[in-house]
Amino acid sequence: MNAITPFALAAAGLVGLGLYGMLAQSSVLRKVIAFNLLGIGVFLVFGVAARRGAAAGLPADPVPQAMVITGLVVAFAATALALVLTLRLHQTIGAVTLAEDPAPPANPGTPPE
Amino acid sequence: MTAWLLDLPLALGLFGAGAATLAARSLFGAVLGFISTGLIAALVWVRLEAPDVALTEAVIGAAATSVIILYVASRISGGASAPAPPPIAQRLLAATFSVLLAALLAHALQALPDPAPSLAAPILKTMAPSGLGNPVTAVLMVQRALDTLLESAVLVFAVFAIWSMAPERRWGRAPGPAFIAEPQGPLAFLAKVLPPIGMVIGIYIAWVGADAPGGKFQGGAVLAAMWVLPWIAGLTAPPSISDMRLRLAIAAGPLVFLIVGLAGFAWAEGFLAYPPGFAKPLILLIETAMTLSVAAALACMIAGPPERRAQP
Repeated sequence: MNAITPFALAAAGLVGLGLYGMLAQSSVLRKVIAFNLLGIGVFLVFGVAARRGAAAGLPADPVPQAMVITGLVVAFAATALALVLTLRLHQTIGAVTLAEDPAPPANPGTPPE
Repeated sequence: MTAWLLDLPLALGLFGAGAATLAARSLFGAVLGFISTGLIAALVWVRLEAPDVALTEAVIGAAATSVIILYVASRISGGASAPAPPPIAQRLLAATFSVLLAALLAHALQALPDPAPSLAAPILKTMAPSGLGNPVTAVLMVQRALDTLLESAVLVFAVFAIWSMAPERRWGRAPGPAFIAEPQGPLAFLAKVLPPIGMVIGIYIAWVGADAPGGKFQGGAVLAAMWVLPWIAGLTAPPSISDMRLRLAIAAGPLVFLIVGLAGFAWAEGFLAYPPGFAKPLILLIETAMTLSVAAALACMIAGPPERRAQP
């Protein structure tokens, strides 16, 4: 079962990249992208575990696979909500950062109400 | 050992694309890096013998997610300049944590016992009476049906949450901004040519999921894309968010699932159990309703909250 070692390492690496991106980038959109990278990594960890669980004539354990399918759809829903919130943040304060002291809006969008 | 020739470049490409996503200078570059990462991940899923997940990753993880990120990125570009990065100490701390977590995960995956624990055999045993041929669909619809039911409810609530971002005066309008139609443009051409083909493909993927790789989420996502395309091309307007037909389409999946689940108390062994002999038709009924709901919910999530100014 050593054939899947490269994928195990890449999945763990992606989790690390995604976590770093979420913590160390200040743009909210980049954080959302990093969140999705983290997601790809976590799902692939499931995939590696599923491939290792090959048994009873199945090439991979179906339970982690089913969890990943539901997880992907929920991750999409979470991303869509985060993006709409980002857009609203941009329309309200003219910036897309969660930093304490946002720069004065250079080009404020139309006031929301 | 020829497998290594394929797997090693794939794994390196996956990590490299992820690193390029983070390192990209522009937001657009980061989105392109993310699309590449998602598509390589779909290939890795094929190599991991999980074609169902590969389809979902390609359609939802890479394509649909990138579309909504690109859309928001293009709308907020030109506004405020990129915010200053956090202080170096915070970034160093983040890097330490991330490397530590990645190392721990890699170690945990290597340390799995050699005949790894697997539920493949019990799943195969219990899926026989359901009449399904795809073990992943069997897990989604029989063994872990509760997860799938809850997940379908998540989609409904996500649409609620997105719609509720609409300003008061836009409530009841069609979701999304108004797109300008370019009747002679390439987008309008694609929006006329693709949907008939795409709808057949989407329904096929959803239908074949019972016995082969595919299913309601993958098929529903393709249908959603085919529904959104004419909106973006400006050829048709989506239905208003207070249209009962749209709301019913979004809620149909969880509703049918819940009714069948509750009926299990009366006619089978309990909640979400199927009466013997009727499992396959009931599962098909739920999957049909779920495909419709996934398509409607994903389309509404891609379109976003109502932002149209003009006419109802």
